[in-house]
Amino acid sequence: MKFRFLIYCLLFFLNSIAQASEGDWSGYIATEWRGFTGSPTDNEQHGDNTSLSAQVEYYREWDAGKKSFRFTPFLRIDGHDTQRSHFDIRELNWTTVHDSWELTAGIGKVFWGVTESQHLVDIINQTDLVESIDGEEKLGQALIKLSLIKEWGDVDLYLLPGFRERTFPSRVGRLRTAAAVNVNQAEYASSKGRDHLDIAIRWSKSIGDWDIGLSHFSGTARDPRFRPSLDKGRSILIPIYETIDQTGLDLQATKDDWLWKLELISRSGQGGRYTAATGGFEYTLYGINDSSADLGLIAEYLYDDRHKSAATPFANDLFVGARLALNDEASSELLAGTIVDLDNRSRVASVEASRRIADDWKITLEARFFSNVNRQDNLINFQDDDFIQIEALWYF
Amino acid sequence: MRLSSFIICFGVIYSVSSFAVTPQQRGLEIAQEADKRDTGFSDLTADMTMLLKNRHGEESTRYIRLRTLEVEGDGDKSMSIFDRPRDVKGTAFLSYTHKTAADDQWLYLPALKRVKRISSRNKSGSFMGSEFAYEDISSQEVEKYTYKYVQDDACGKGNCFVIERDPVDELSGYTRQLVWIHKDEYRPEKIEFYDRKNTLLKTLVYRGYQQYLGKYWRAQEMYMENHQTGKTTLLSWKNYKFGNGLTERDFDRNSLKRAR
Repeated sequence: MKFRFLIYCLLFFLNSIAQASEGDWSGYIATEWRGFTGSPTDNEQHGDNTSLSAQVEYYREWDAGKKSFRFTPFLRIDGHDTQRSHFDIRELNWTTVHDSWELTAGIGKVFWGVTESQHLVDIINQTDLVESIDGEEKLGQALIKLSLIKEWGDVDLYLLPGFRERTFPSRVGRLRTAAAVNVNQAEYASSKGRDHLDIAIRWSKSIGDWDIGLSHFSGTARDPRFRPSLDKGRSILIPIYETIDQTGLDLQATKDDWLWKLELISRSGQGGRYTAATGGFEYTLYGINDSSADLGLIAEYLYDDRHKSAATPFANDLFVGARLALNDEASSELLAGTIVDLDNRSRVASVEASRRIADDWKITLEARFFSNVNRQDNLINFQDDDFIQIEALWYF
Repeated sequence: MRLSSFIICFGVIYSVSSFAVTPQQRGLEIAQEADKRDTGFSDLTADMTMLLKNRHGEESTRYIRLRTLEVEGDGDKSMSIFDRPRDVKGTAFLSYTHKTAADDQWLYLPALKRVKRISSRNKSGSFMGSEFAYEDISSQEVEKYTYKYVQDDACGKGNCFVIERDPVDELSGYTRQLVWIHKDEYRPEKIEFYDRKNTLLKTLVYRGYQQYLGKYWRAQEMYMENHQTGKTTLLSWKNYKFGNGLTERDFDRNSLKRAR
């Protein structure tokens, strides 16, 4: 089903390209170094690591921009972890734009949501977890997306054939669960397995200072639950992808220097129905000390009504952070924050910074530290994986 | 009798009218005339290069494409699409300016495919690390300032009105601006920006004006110099195109995500 869909898409694209005018190539090549401050939990796991990645984007538009084609392949080659080495087609899609509707078909990437500490509502794309544990890197998703543009808001309708399984580090990889996830034995609740056709709908509108989104997803959960098992005498986790229904709300009120944010989901299909939410604010101080730098102060509360039995480590947690944007020629930025579990005081601190070092070069720094981690907290898996990562990217 | 009453009447009218034209009114009239002469273009697209230079002579360049939609009875809608530096390629900025209310602004981050509603309070902040603040590049609505005519002055080959305009919004980074407006064409030739301490901060000079559709004047270059930091920004404009038939649909969140 998925294979045939892709063939049809490809034929359609080739036809589209043939009709199109000159296209545009761009992208980056990056080298990443990750240093771990301590020895791994399991001595099979690697130490410091170097990794290469590249992403290329081909874009072509015609018919005065009313039709476009986009192809974005991504490749990573990792120094140690063969499962982190991977190739993915992030995007391969064709779009047509009309006065009251738009259609995109192919492989695409979609983001829903407003909060910073986690992205509950965002569900179209699978998380490319080996890229980053922050959940912001995504795998390409086969989709047909129809957007209807109405006076009363935009309605996006999605058909999502071909499920993508989450990527996980291999046994030698870091930032993995204590028992490694065996990605080859994934199980599905649906008899159709990964061929289950998922569907989604989202309504969104800006009303004055308010940006509102209401969504519903019916299909295979992007985040699996796990069943412990044994493989050749070793403990492993087998991912189980259940069929879920998730209704989501994302809301932002932009009131002068304050951004008030809320994401709320209600999900059924993984045990009983549950509710989870992230809510808070970002308050920005502009031009601090008469400089051009802006400082944003962020606080968000992370909630999950399954409490301690939640699959997430963030069931009753508080995120506090600061975002510094120097607004200089080098676009220097820093985002630092901590998520604290209000029940057991487990903490994860993170820093993300970036700066342009020459016209086509950028350097980024990322660090995560896990401290005071309680045995009952899901973060326990990462307790020996404090790391500092430096990446240099060359853009073309 | 009839003659004398005529003289009295004339005298009264004359004195009333000379009193009536205060420097404030004259300044406002000049601003309104300049605004009137630049209305009716419906939409505009253009390509811009920004050349940033610091006091050590180090340079960096940004390429940006701009689209503007004229909105009757309100501020313009505009979209800026960044082509370079390459690491921000595909980033796009959508702004709905309003005559008096706060502007609505959205930013599109292509790496995450994320549209972010952002606060428009950051008027005095730097646009892309340049010497242009957001308030310098956003739609210049008459209502955003109060005016005062100062004097006439020579400017380039012609003559200019010099008017002072004071931002209405208290979040502005300026106490006042002095604007040189060409007497025949009602286009800005030069602007001096005075900071919150009322010290000269920046000077903007418009160069290489060309007229489009027999009506609209657009400068090919806008040169901003910061007197306090020694930094400069040169905006070079190309491919000004008026009346492209753009609609509201080219300025919504969907088009922001597609902007290339």
